[in-house]
Amino acid sequence: MRRIAILVALTLVFAACGEETPDTVRLLTHDFFAISDELLDAFSAETGFDVQIVRGGDAAIVVNQSILTAGNPVADVIFGVDTTLLSRAIGADLFDPYRSPQLEFVPPELHVARDAATPIDLGDVCLNYDKELLTDPPSVLRDLTSSAYAGLLVVPDPTISSPGLAFLLATIHEFGETGDYTWRDFWGDLRANDVQIVGDWGTAYYGSFSGAGGGDRPIVVSYASSPPAEVLFADPPIDRATTGVIEAGCFRQVEYAGVLRGTENPAGARALIDFMLSAAFQQAVPTSMFVFPVRSGVDLPEVFVTNTRIPAEPAVIDPEAIDDNRERWLAEWVETVLR
Amino acid sequence: MTIGSVGWPSGSRRFCAEMRPSRLLTIPALVIGLGFFVWPMLSILSTALGEDPGRIISLFGEHGLRSVVWFTVWQALASTAAALVIGVPAAYALTRFDFRGRGALRTLLTIPFVLPTVVVAVAFLALIGPQGTLGIDLAGTTWAIIAAHVFFNLAVVVRTVGGLWSHLDPALEGAAATLGASQWRIFRTVTLPLLRPALAAAGAIVFLFSFTSFGIVLLLGAPRLATIEVEIYRDAALIFDLPTAAALALVQLVGVTAALLVYSGRQARSATQQHLVAGTAARRRPRGRDRLWIFIALAPALTVVSLPLGAILVRTLAPGGSLGFGAFRALAAVDPAVVDPLRAVGNSLGYGIVACVIALAVGLPAATFIANRRSGSSRWLDTLIMLPIASSAVTLGFGFVIALDAPVDLRTWWLLVPIAHALIAIPFVVRLTVPVVRSMASHLREAAATLGASPRHVWRTIDLPMLTPAAAGAAALAFVISLGEFGATLFIARPGGQTMTLAIFRLLGPGNASRSAALALSLVLIAITAAAVALLERLRAPGVGEF
Repeated sequence: MRRIAILVALTLVFAACGEETPDTVRLLTHDFFAISDELLDAFSAETGFDVQIVRGGDAAIVVNQSILTAGNPVADVIFGVDTTLLSRAIGADLFDPYRSPQLEFVPPELHVARDAATPIDLGDVCLNYDKELLTDPPSVLRDLTSSAYAGLLVVPDPTISSPGLAFLLATIHEFGETGDYTWRDFWGDLRANDVQIVGDWGTAYYGSFSGAGGGDRPIVVSYASSPPAEVLFADPPIDRATTGVIEAGCFRQVEYAGVLRGTENPAGARALIDFMLSAAFQQAVPTSMFVFPVRSGVDLPEVFVTNTRIPAEPAVIDPEAIDDNRERWLAEWVETVLR
Repeated sequence: MTIGSVGWPSGSRRFCAEMRPSRLLTIPALVIGLGFFVWPMLSILSTALGEDPGRIISLFGEHGLRSVVWFTVWQALASTAAALVIGVPAAYALTRFDFRGRGALRTLLTIPFVLPTVVVAVAFLALIGPQGTLGIDLAGTTWAIIAAHVFFNLAVVVRTVGGLWSHLDPALEGAAATLGASQWRIFRTVTLPLLRPALAAAGAIVFLFSFTSFGIVLLLGAPRLATIEVEIYRDAALIFDLPTAAALALVQLVGVTAALLVYSGRQARSATQQHLVAGTAARRRPRGRDRLWIFIALAPALTVVSLPLGAILVRTLAPGGSLGFGAFRALAAVDPAVVDPLRAVGNSLGYGIVACVIALAVGLPAATFIANRRSGSSRWLDTLIMLPIASSAVTLGFGFVIALDAPVDLRTWWLLVPIAHALIAIPFVVRLTVPVVRSMASHLREAAATLGASPRHVWRTIDLPMLTPAAAGAAALAFVISLGEFGATLFIARPGGQTMTLAIFRLLGPGNASRSAALALSLVLIAITAAAVALLERLRAPGVGEF
């Protein structure tokens, strides 16, 4: 009997040890999140927290699955909630609001109401084209419906892919919901013009696009920063990108991080968000994830300066409007293009 | 103390009376069935009807969803027809003739049915996908889906139809031949009518599997083609339109239940008294032209089965024509934060074992209760246990995530995955073990009791040894079902709890390197499944049925 009592006591002691502040902070993110081990090690050395990265697929899937279990999260921080998904996540009460002291270095127009989430990077979803196959890229979106561009475009499915959704929103911004020629007319014409729809951005860019993979389609929905990525990864090395950005139909996406409501490690989660806004992390954002830093005063690497630019007038749709209409737009898109 | 612990009340008063099992045996089934099936389904019902009760009606007004329902029905009919047309001749050759390699061919035709649907899709992508072995890209077409459904379901036709065929009395056909009927006329007027129950049963099963097909359609039909099951997933997980997803789940639940009822009603009516003979008596050695007929009858089935299996083997062992195990190297090179192959294997095995334990802990007592009682309560329990078959895996997973947040938030509880797997396996466990329990000779039990054995002793020395083979077979089956489960797991698995089927699905995403990694992991999953099936075959109690 005594032995049992000791055992029980020991078990309780160990259980109590497990209740202490965990020393790992879990970061739930999409498949395209990338950062160097050196930076992560620096974070561990500075804060005492190890980062465990949990990947859940494409951004939209990661966010939706988190929403389905909101309040009972599988991680402490989520990164990769973008403009198109933010209002849905906030509406589902996914985050614990947190105002990072680093936020003062970020332009106020990027801040989120009540600091529900924290902006980390921004990029523009733009059509890319293969300069070798296409000497005469379209200058306006409507060109894509002409016979000259038949069978040239590949688009990731907006119901699955966040750049796909961004492009859909750009077309809704461009053509509107009413009038002689609505976004649905445009997509109907694209369908007639043999647009290819594939599952996710990776399949579109590396699978179907002629400029980056084994595909045969010279126009693809990707990012304004994709051409510098081509230069950086070129083997053998090249000076200038063989792909270019079409400035018509770009959509500005900001990527946010947030503390997941119900986290077991709020201190670690906040430290990780501070770290993602730090100068060191923001400096690494362009060459590791091919997007632009949100922090002011961070120098861009040379390859970005020569091979891309921030589009002058990207489409911006009010997040409230996105939230109110997203399901309907997607359902109408599925009906117009897939069925 | 003995009452209930073994199920049979003791006491000299009742010892010659009918042995009635305790109601306590039903408790595990009631807990699991009500908590993890009925409750989630009610949540779906309230989600579907809660916000807008007219949603279900308006569903059918939408062209897109109407076309999904229509596609679901017609591809299931086409798959069923194709499986019957290809499977029946194969069943004929395999049951009417005795030739060398017959057993091996029969096994080969059965392999696809135990493969996880994700692996079936991987095999067809390797064969007729982008840069496929055959050189034509049919991915995203109905052809690929129907071909995969035929591949998967041929075993159902061959086993079910062949099972009855091998027991038909050849004297009937002999008599017709003596009276001068041609071969074709004999088949049409004698054999076919006798086979009708088996054809209907096989057709119904193939139709149901194709109707609720998920993994195959999700991977081979993307992005344009969707069954109701795939559309539920899209609406719930991607578009986030929960009311529409719930309404579709309800439509599917009602449709499948209706189909099952019609089917079992027909079965009961068309059951014919037949004179059946031992299986081997109907088989003969091929003579003369027979060999040609056997070849013609088997060729389509063997082509459909062996090409995709071959494509997986060829691609895994030599992707891109290079020698060696390139696909396995690709698998080892995958970012462990996306897919950790060893962890996925470990998770799958762990979930499989837990699912197996739950399925037996629930299924065996329930089977004992059902087999020993012929009352209303046993029929109710039987229906409750069979219900998850009528729903679908995706609906189950969806129900879990929307229902299990209160009173205790269980949505990310690791045990949900094996519980879902067990729910899908329990109907099979019960169906496998009820006949065995029924056939257990009660006089042995009574004799032992007369000789003074306690109920516990009777259970241990008489019931248990008789039940063990069937229970072991059921355990292996539950394990195989858990290994291959995909639709429910996709909803409820946590990122760290990735199973092999989820890992394969993830690997089919971007890039070609991970596509060959998906092939390699598929091969591992096939190997583990094959080992479990071999165990199942070995343990299967004799006379438990053809399937």
